[in-house]
Amino acid sequence: MGLTTAFGSGAGTSSYEDFHHTSFILLVGSNAAEAHPIIFHHIMKGVHNGAELVVVDPRKTLTTKRAHEHVQVTVGSDIALVNAMAHVIIRDHLYREDFVKRATVGFDQFAASVAGWTPERAAAITGISAERIESLARRYGQAPSAMIGWTLGITEHHNAVDNVFSLINLALLCGNVGRPNAGLNPLRGQNNVQGGGDMGALPNRLPGFQDVLDPAVRQKFEQAWGVPLADKPGWNQTEMFEAIDHDKMRGLYVIGENPIQSEADSDYMRRLFSKLDALVVQDIFLTATGEMADVVFPARVSFAESEGTYTNSERRVQRVKPARKAPGDAQDDLWIVASLARAMGYPWPVQGAQEVFDEMRHLTTNFLGMTYERLEQENGLQWPVPEMGHPGSKVLHERLWAPEVMDKAAFTPVEWSPPVELPTPDYPFLLTTGRRLAFFNTGVQSNVYDHPHKIGEWMEIRAEDAKALGMEDGEVIAVISRRGRVEVPAYYSDAVMSGTVFMTFHFPDEVMTNSLTIDATDPRSGTAEFKAAAVRLERLQDSRAEGL
Amino acid sequence: MGNSVTLQIDGQPVTVAQGTTLRAACDEANHAVPTLCWHENLTPANACRACVVEVKGSRTLVASCSRVAEDGMEVQTASERVLNARKVVAELLLSTSDASLAPDLLSLADTSGANPDRFGGGATWQQPVREDNNLYIRDLSKCILCYRCVEACGDDAQNTFAIAVAGRGFGAHIDAGFGRDLPESDCVYCGNCVAVCPTGALIGKTEWDLRSQGQWDESKITQTETVCSYCGVGCELDLHVMDNRIVKVTSPADHPVTHGMLCVKGRYGYEFAQSEERTD
Repeated sequence: MGLTTAFGSGAGTSSYEDFHHTSFILLVGSNAAEAHPIIFHHIMKGVHNGAELVVVDPRKTLTTKRAHEHVQVTVGSDIALVNAMAHVIIRDHLYREDFVKRATVGFDQFAASVAGWTPERAAAITGISAERIESLARRYGQAPSAMIGWTLGITEHHNAVDNVFSLINLALLCGNVGRPNAGLNPLRGQNNVQGGGDMGALPNRLPGFQDVLDPAVRQKFEQAWGVPLADKPGWNQTEMFEAIDHDKMRGLYVIGENPIQSEADSDYMRRLFSKLDALVVQDIFLTATGEMADVVFPARVSFAESEGTYTNSERRVQRVKPARKAPGDAQDDLWIVASLARAMGYPWPVQGAQEVFDEMRHLTTNFLGMTYERLEQENGLQWPVPEMGHPGSKVLHERLWAPEVMDKAAFTPVEWSPPVELPTPDYPFLLTTGRRLAFFNTGVQSNVYDHPHKIGEWMEIRAEDAKALGMEDGEVIAVISRRGRVEVPAYYSDAVMSGTVFMTFHFPDEVMTNSLTIDATDPRSGTAEFKAAAVRLERLQDSRAEGL
Repeated sequence: MGNSVTLQIDGQPVTVAQGTTLRAACDEANHAVPTLCWHENLTPANACRACVVEVKGSRTLVASCSRVAEDGMEVQTASERVLNARKVVAELLLSTSDASLAPDLLSLADTSGANPDRFGGGATWQQPVREDNNLYIRDLSKCILCYRCVEACGDDAQNTFAIAVAGRGFGAHIDAGFGRDLPESDCVYCGNCVAVCPTGALIGKTEWDLRSQGQWDESKITQTETVCSYCGVGCELDLHVMDNRIVKVTSPADHPVTHGMLCVKGRYGYEFAQSEERTD
């Protein structure tokens, strides 16, 4: 979303191999060693080649362990940190003036917006000393090339898009975009998040990030598909949930998602979904969401039983192929969707994945030069591939380094705002959530294999915080937010800061972490603030006594 | 000619880029040397001596995997000394280790004319199998101490540093720290050590079980390249499927995303696809 606004396409600007030869790697809200282990291999290649690695994360992780510096900020204080870095870089003239003049717009406004963001002001918010912020800013500003990577620590906040803008501003200041070994890289959390966006699974985009508001674009697709297209953007997920709430949407078709367990404030989700007249779920398992459905379509496992493509975090489109036969009547997603359309009276032809891909690529420029044969032979291809002979694009936005830049990149001033819920006397702890290495999301995939670390969910809490409440190491306690209550073993850990506790949502059948989280979404991206919810902790005997 | 060097390999002039190892130069000259510990994505450990060549003027044979080509070098890949060294390397390893799942070692033994019994009857590395988790098995009777697993676990890929060579001389062995079982160690079960092991000393639990039951049948296994379904890195997977069951997952060593390496979810987290509880 932020990347689309600034540069015209919502994708990482670099390739993984750019981590190998950069001078500076800044990871913000990313635990790559656990959440993206193979990207972390690339990052560590760069570190062994001499790059400095700085990780901004409220929690100690396997990633921060390998960093030269771990900037352990307060949850949700990223913009304060990054704005102050920009402040120092501008104040000390460390920014790349030639690049800023030639390739960007909005610098003066941006400079004015960070003028008040002194390191001292940011120190009070982030918990990081002004000296450390100054030093970090200077090192980033003086690095010949720098890569920024981020994950859900940036995007799972109520101000997700502003968080991303702040990082874009920093890269623009120092010319760290559009050239090798420098860039802005959202590390995608799920296998085909990028591919879904690429293919137009966004409310306002058609395949290739083409804008539905553009009449010429609409006309092209209307001609190809022989149907009129709506000239208004659709709803994003948050807006859909609101529409259900207000009885404006009565039916929902969920494909390969388990929102009852994966969305914030799950009790609210359950109430919402039970209002629907029709809920159709297409999945490989009967998930908690599937159990509420009127109709369940058994699907094939995409990576092992289906034909198609995924797009990864470096825009590489890769072939997915069936390796085994699916059980029973389970069918390909494509087959199910097309059959449903036919059953509803639309004459959709029976097509294979390759035919659909070929149709798509002729309607876009990003994918025009990609064929299944080329994807097979060339280990996938990184878009844009605007023509057949094109080798694919390792780096995006190289136009910004042309002598005359036509399509400039814009600074977007952003202001910090704290998480929607802050600790109060009644809810004195901040719960932040994330992933652990061996597991994944709601566990639909990862809770089936037999991992030695599979002991279910537990909460990380600092020993002194736990002891102050009389809690033993490993004691099962109650965690209560304004929305829900769970019981979970709490283990002493120095990974979190005092006042903060950490949980995952990998074991929702036992511990429904998302009954605690807050549905405070960024209206622009539709992502909820999974990273910050105020909670109270109670020992079970106290908790039960209170309930009597 | 600052960027290239010219040397002679078995009497034939070869020009290669500066920094090329003798092993790579021999490959380019079509006089490939055998290797055991060398791996295309790992730093050479100079452990096995299978790749030694004779360099004129050098008192000892040199490990071609790490020696860099120099202008004017005269290299012999098949001199009597070299052939004898290879043969003895194979004979010594066969005397200590179970080579039944070590195709490269068996092939070295075969091509060098090694006598597997030459040093028979001496000490061996035979020891009980360590079966301390359900993802992979350590059968160190098969280990040849090539160091590949240590490098993959360390700074060549995984940067976890859970294992190292412990002990000295004949007592040297791969260890997860103080002889610990893996669940007590720093191991994160990525299985990248298993992926680079050339002898089956490290082997997936599923493959181990099927082999023990006599059910592992290479002729029935198909390999399909696809992409991992967990996070958004896009790791290329090779799914090894037998009787419609995924029995092993690897990744191509030459793939630009993975270089053959995976994480625990990609390598072992596939059981959900063949769960009995699937909707059908």
